[in-house]
Amino acid sequence: MLKSRIIPCLDVKDGRVVKGVNFVDLVDAGDPVEQARVYDKAGADELTFLDITASSDKRDILLDVVQRTAEQCFMPLTVGGGVRGANDVRKLLLAGADKVSLMTAAVTNPPVISELAEKFGSQCIVVAVDAKKVSPGRWEVFTHGGRTPTGIDAIAYAQQATALGAGEILLTSMDRDGTREGFDIELTSRIADSISVPVIASGGVGTLDHLVEGVRDGHATAVLAASIFHFGDYTIAEAKAHMKAAGVAVRETAQ
Amino acid sequence: MSETVAIIDYGSGNLRSAEKAFARAAADAGLSLQVVVTSEADAVRIADRVVLPGVGAFGDCAKGLRALDGMEDALNDAVTHQAKPFFGICVGMQLMAAKGYEHGIHDGLGWLDGNVRALAPADRAMKIPHMGWNTLALADQGRRHPVASVLQADDHAYFVHSYQMELADEDALMGTTDYGGPVTAIVGRDTMIGTQFHPEKSQAVGLKLITAFLEWRP
Repeated sequence: MLKSRIIPCLDVKDGRVVKGVNFVDLVDAGDPVEQARVYDKAGADELTFLDITASSDKRDILLDVVQRTAEQCFMPLTVGGGVRGANDVRKLLLAGADKVSLMTAAVTNPPVISELAEKFGSQCIVVAVDAKKVSPGRWEVFTHGGRTPTGIDAIAYAQQATALGAGEILLTSMDRDGTREGFDIELTSRIADSISVPVIASGGVGTLDHLVEGVRDGHATAVLAASIFHFGDYTIAEAKAHMKAAGVAVRETAQ
Repeated sequence: MSETVAIIDYGSGNLRSAEKAFARAAADAGLSLQVVVTSEADAVRIADRVVLPGVGAFGDCAKGLRALDGMEDALNDAVTHQAKPFFGICVGMQLMAAKGYEHGIHDGLGWLDGNVRALAPADRAMKIPHMGWNTLALADQGRRHPVASVLQADDHAYFVHSYQMELADEDALMGTTDYGGPVTAIVGRDTMIGTQFHPEKSQAVGLKLITAFLEWRP
């Protein structure tokens, strides 16, 4: 049967990891490629790079990072951050990314989703939805790291993105991101139940139970987490063992 | 003498992972061979083994492949006449079928008696694409196959697809995965094998399968 995926996410700025594994045995802890290798070995099901590089002239550094990662890690790799159109997607895919995640570009111009899905296939177009609760039962899409409201209903937007050809939705609760209080389960299940493509739950993971809740109660098919893995609180293997014990089917890998 | 493995580049996405995975599998197994990514029909003619990857829609991929001068003929020669070991991956595997029913009806290479149709799991709540890691179940033919048989019951492979090959020729079905019912995962006949999943993205399990293919002397 299909297993629930655990996806560590690395924040990368100017080609260096700014939020990543804090392992002492890394020769260069700031090297995304070295961190990717750690997660590959640890049995992560996929890996996500989020590029938070601010200046556009430094963006190509990421392509080199993606290229070197793909040469060494034989696992699915998603790259997000600053992806605007076909040219960006093509460069990332050619460098070795398997999927790209669209954020602001898709919010401001939804037709770009179908343009890219038709050109590269839905399977590699992930649409990131950053949502914040604005009233009971209503969530709004935010951009710029949760600072800019758009007035767009998050559930309706996820449905629209799916209809336009998104192959997967990366759903982040901006209320929970960084809090370690767990996913926004109501938001996650509302969106997962209303669209036909897989949902990756993100934002708020602080314990292994949160991962279980994301799948069991939020109906996500994958869970994304950063800090609980980076800071060595838990290993991927521990997360999988915990999920399995709680009845969530996962791919266990030999250590 | 060093063998050559030709990975066909017909504009269908990134081939770096496939190239590196085949090179890594060869190096780890101590095999002396050269992996080339090519869009030249002549390179396929002189290669010892041929790999057809593929990402995207069936029709686009078929069109892209046929846009390469002489490539379809070279592939037919290499596989059906010269009996070179062939490995189709994802849409590259689907192209081994007669026809694909994705956004219209498109001709495949017609090596296997079957068609490629949309996944339709009995449980409508199941997500499409079928995306992620799933276990494999070998058919009798698969258990006897020199390449497919290296896979074990608990092995997981990485899938991402919305369409699957429906075989009329059951002897060509080497293995399935389960997604709301059996889904074709591994096919093969004579010197050709194909996987719906991505061995180049399936970590150790994928490398093991690629090694078995590279060591295969049918």
